[in-house]
This record gives sequence, structure tokens and C-alpha cells, in this order.
Amino acid sequence: MRLTLKILLYAVLIIVAIATVTPMLWMISASCMPSGQASNYPPQFFPTSFTFDHYTQLFSRLNVLKYFFNSLLLSVSVTLLSLVVNSMAGYAFAKYRFRGRDKLFGFLITSMVVPAQVTMLPLFLMLNKMGLVNTYWGVIIPGMAGIFGIFMIRQYALSIPDSLLEAARIDGAGDFRIYWSLVIPLCKPILVTLAIFTFMGTWNDFLWPLIVMTDDSMYTLPVALANLMGEHAQDTELMMAGSVITILPVMIVFAAMQKYYIRGIMMGSVKG
Amino acid sequence: MNTEHKISNDEMFLSRSQTPFDSTIGKRGVRNGVKTNSGIRYTMFNIRNSGGTAALFLFPALAMLAVFFFLPVVASFVLSFTDFDIYSLGNIHFARFVGFENYVKLFDDPLFWKALGNTFYFVVVGGPLSLIVSLLAALAINSRLVRFKGFFRLVYFAPVVTTLVAVSVVWRFIYHPRFGMLNYALSIFGISPIDWLGNPHWAMPAVILLAVWKNFGYNMIIFIAGLQNIPDYLYEAARIDGASPFAQFKKITLPMLAPTTLFVGIITMIGYFQLFAEPYVMTQGGPLDSTLSIVLLMYQQGFRWWNMGYSAAIAFVLFAIIFLATVVQYAVQRKHSDQ
Repeated sequence: MRLTLKILLYAVLIIVAIATVTPMLWMISASCMPSGQASNYPPQFFPTSFTFDHYTQLFSRLNVLKYFFNSLLLSVSVTLLSLVVNSMAGYAFAKYRFRGRDKLFGFLITSMVVPAQVTMLPLFLMLNKMGLVNTYWGVIIPGMAGIFGIFMIRQYALSIPDSLLEAARIDGAGDFRIYWSLVIPLCKPILVTLAIFTFMGTWNDFLWPLIVMTDDSMYTLPVALANLMGEHAQDTELMMAGSVITILPVMIVFAAMQKYYIRGIMMGSVKG
Repeated sequence: MNTEHKISNDEMFLSRSQTPFDSTIGKRGVRNGVKTNSGIRYTMFNIRNSGGTAALFLFPALAMLAVFFFLPVVASFVLSFTDFDIYSLGNIHFARFVGFENYVKLFDDPLFWKALGNTFYFVVVGGPLSLIVSLLAALAINSRLVRFKGFFRLVYFAPVVTTLVAVSVVWRFIYHPRFGMLNYALSIFGISPIDWLGNPHWAMPAVILLAVWKNFGYNMIIFIAGLQNIPDYLYEAARIDGASPFAQFKKITLPMLAPTTLFVGIITMIGYFQLFAEPYVMTQGGPLDSTLSIVLLMYQQGFRWWNMGYSAAIAFVLFAIIFLATVVQYAVQRKHSDQ
């Protein structure tokens, strides 16, 4: 009975695992197939001969290096800037006492139910007025302050013992010094987690860059990929190569930082 | 949520009576926090710094949020009562207030009802389906009988971190009626080819399948954390009392998981209401508008046809629905857990 259950359990787990990875493995495999091989019946899983033509074509003819650069620049900038802005606010909410603090914080938390799409139309008009549409700032600025980030850092900073901060003050450290040399290092685990979240979120984001980047040369990888789909829908192998280039960087970041990422999800859920 | 305690009046008085200088004397108990008669521990650090510095730390984030989040929310609401269109884009004076006209027009627009229906289809079928798959996966991985937990967890989680646009591109080919993997896999079981993305009946199920594949790993992680928080002695006691595994699941696991389920249910629902990239990449809302979602309609109206007043009205209806659905789900779950 126990053995049957065990076998059944493993069978289901393995079938689901296969269903989960097959699309991604096929994507990688198809990206190395000679043109046309992916359009065969029955579908073939392995390339008859390996080729990197589609990758070279993407980089040489289809400007993918530029999109890659755009995505990287935006993701890194948003991540760094938002960490500074949100950590300052999260720390203040956790460790300073001021009138209306809890009300203000509660208000911010409540407003997380507002979907981002609601802000997009006026935001576009505002940025248009400021001349920031179709610039990097158009993506960076709205991404800099985030309620979720403030929330995560506050929750973490609450656990810093006050005595530690007080000791630093007695030693003559100013407020900013305490924040920078004490709080930031102490908050490192949550900052790393948030950095991964933000980096991946910005890299994978689609709707806002699609709206605000109006010129081809400013596209991020997802926007460029969706655009490419319009023109090269028949070119399966090329599209798969484009998908690999888009997915690979976030996969690498995830693989390297798995521990932090998964812990972040659990923190957000348990304390939320 | 708030782990700190509110301080009462007399404690406030106490705190005011202490000058900053006091804290540097190093009296026992002062440096490490004062224990008051109400037993609430609070500390010098919190008290001494009010106003000024805190404002300095908060300013960048709050200013950005005010200008680039809260102001646009309000502006969007105002916008939804105007006829802001492509001409107003050049000169804002072309925009007029039109009262509820956009909303009236919206409720007369069959395309809006279609998009609303599709989005509900996606949320009502896809949301619970994704939750069930997540829970089953969590239960299986968490089972005593299973080893290689880390491996399965990693594999199931991998799609979560992928780029939605890229996997939508990949799945478009997997759904290919002639050369796609899925139809080939089905043909092994004798199922004849389905035109997944070309048939109005199958397009939304195809979108749902992709979404579940992409998302279930995320909720699974949260469910695993929830399962591990259930104390073992509950199960041991149940076993001693002779409860079957199914009874244990029903009487212990599910009730103990209720808060997790509520959280996961709400975030999943909010996310699913915002369906956009999958139909944008795979079907452009077709065939016959069968995968047109609210956000896709909003995008098309606002940023393709520049009917921004109308589009803002759509955005606000979406907001209202998400808000109401969150409140309802919260209330229903609360009622259940009170019983």
C-alpha cells in the first residue's frame, strides 16, 4: 500500500516535471535547429545539425544587442535606485516615531490594491509633457519608489535591535551615518532579495515599456520580441533563439540567487 | 502586521520628559529600553527622533509615490469623465468634461462586455485551477515519502522566473495546430488535432493552460511554507484517534492552511484580472475576440486609438472589480474560518 502510493506519487511528480521543463528545453533545442526543422510533423526534439545562425542573425541584423543593453541598463538602474529610495523609507517607518506614522503606512499598504494599469494613462501624459516618453527615465522614474519594497524593508528593519542603533548614536554617529553604515549592512539579506525581485520584475515587464518606448531603438527585449513576432512569426527557430536570449539572463540570476528569491516569496506571504 | 505597540499617554509623557541628554548617561534600562508599568517595552531610539530626520528619509519615496502613483490615480479618475482623445494630446484644451458619458458608452459597448466576460472566464477558471495544481504539487513535494524535494521544487518553480512574453512566444509554437508539441502529445492518446489558438472555443483554455504552467510554482512555494508551519502533533493526535489520511487532510491541513489560501487566492486573483501579455503575444485578442481581456481593451483604446478618456473609464472599472472581489473573497474566507 505504502509502496504503491510512493510509486504513484513519484510518477505524478515526474510527469509534471516533464511537462514543466519540456517547453523550455524545446525552446533551447529549437533555437539551434536549421531553419524549417521545427516545422515538421511529427515534431522533432533534437536538432539534426547544430547551428547558431539564428543567434548571429539576431545580433547582426536584428539589433538584439541594443535591446539587450536597454533591458540590462533599465533593470540595473531601477534596481539600484529603488533600493536606495525604498530602504530609506522602510527604515524610517520601522525605526522612527512620528505623528501619523502608522496611519500613513496603513494607507500605503491599502493602496497596493490599486492596479498599476490605472496610473498608466495619466502617467504617459505627464511623462510626455516632461519630454520623458521614449527615454530611459520614462521607465526608471515610475519604478523608483515601490510600496511593496518599502513594506518588505520595514518588516525586516523592525527586527534590528534599537539598542544597536542607540549605541551607534552614543558613539556619535549621525542619522545618515547610522542608516548607511549600520542599517544597510544589517538589512543586506532583504536588500539582496528585493534586488532580485526588482531586477527580474523590470527585466520581465512588458506593458509599461511597450507604452512608453515608442521608438524601435529604445525597446526592451520583451517588447522587441513581441514586435519581432509580428514580422517573423513563421521563423520558429529564430523566435526561439530570441526567447532564449530574453529568458536566459533572468534564469541565471535566479539560479545564482535561488535561496534569496524563494525566501523573499515566503516572507512576503507569511508576514503579509 | 504591526509588531510594535502603540504607546499610551503616560508613556508619551514619560518620553517627553526625558531629554536627549538622558540617554547618553547610560543608566541601566534606559539604553536598552524602558520597561513601563504597562509592560510595554519601548526604546529611546524611537522616541528621540521625531519629525525632521524621519521626514528626510521618507521624502524621496513619498514624493515619488505622490507624483508618479497617487497623482496619476486621481488624474485617471478625472480623465475618465472627459473625452480626452488624440486631438487633446496635442492641445489639452480640446478635452471636455462629459460626465458619465464614457461609463454609459462602456456599458453599451458589446466589446467591453466581451472583454469582461473573457477576463472573468480566465479568473474564475484559471485562478482556482492554478491554486489546486499549486496545492497538489505542494502536498506531493512535502510528503514524507518523497525525496529530492529540492529538485522538484526547483523544476516546478523555473517557469515562474521566465519572461512572460518569451514563454508566450514559445507556447504559440507549442500550440501550433500542425507542428505543435501539444497536438503531437495528444495524438499519442488518439486525440485529433485541436486548433488551439485559432478556435474561439479553445483559445481561452489555451491561455489558461499557459498561465497555470507559468504560475503554479509560485503559489506552490507559499503552500509548502504553509504546510511546514502546521505542527506535527496535530497529525500524530489524529493518527492515534484513527483518522484516515483524507480525514486528516480535511480536518487539519485545509483549516490550518486557510490563511495561506486566502493570501494566495487574493494575489492570484488580482494578478489574473490583469491578463494582458499572453493574448497580446499569442492571439492579439482573437479569434473573434475570444481572448480579448480588459487590460488589452484598455491598451487598445488608450494607446492605439488614443481614446484616453474612454480607456481611463475601463481602467477604473477594472480597479473597482478587483477591489470588490478582494473584499468579497476576504469576507467569505473570514466567515468560513469563524465557523
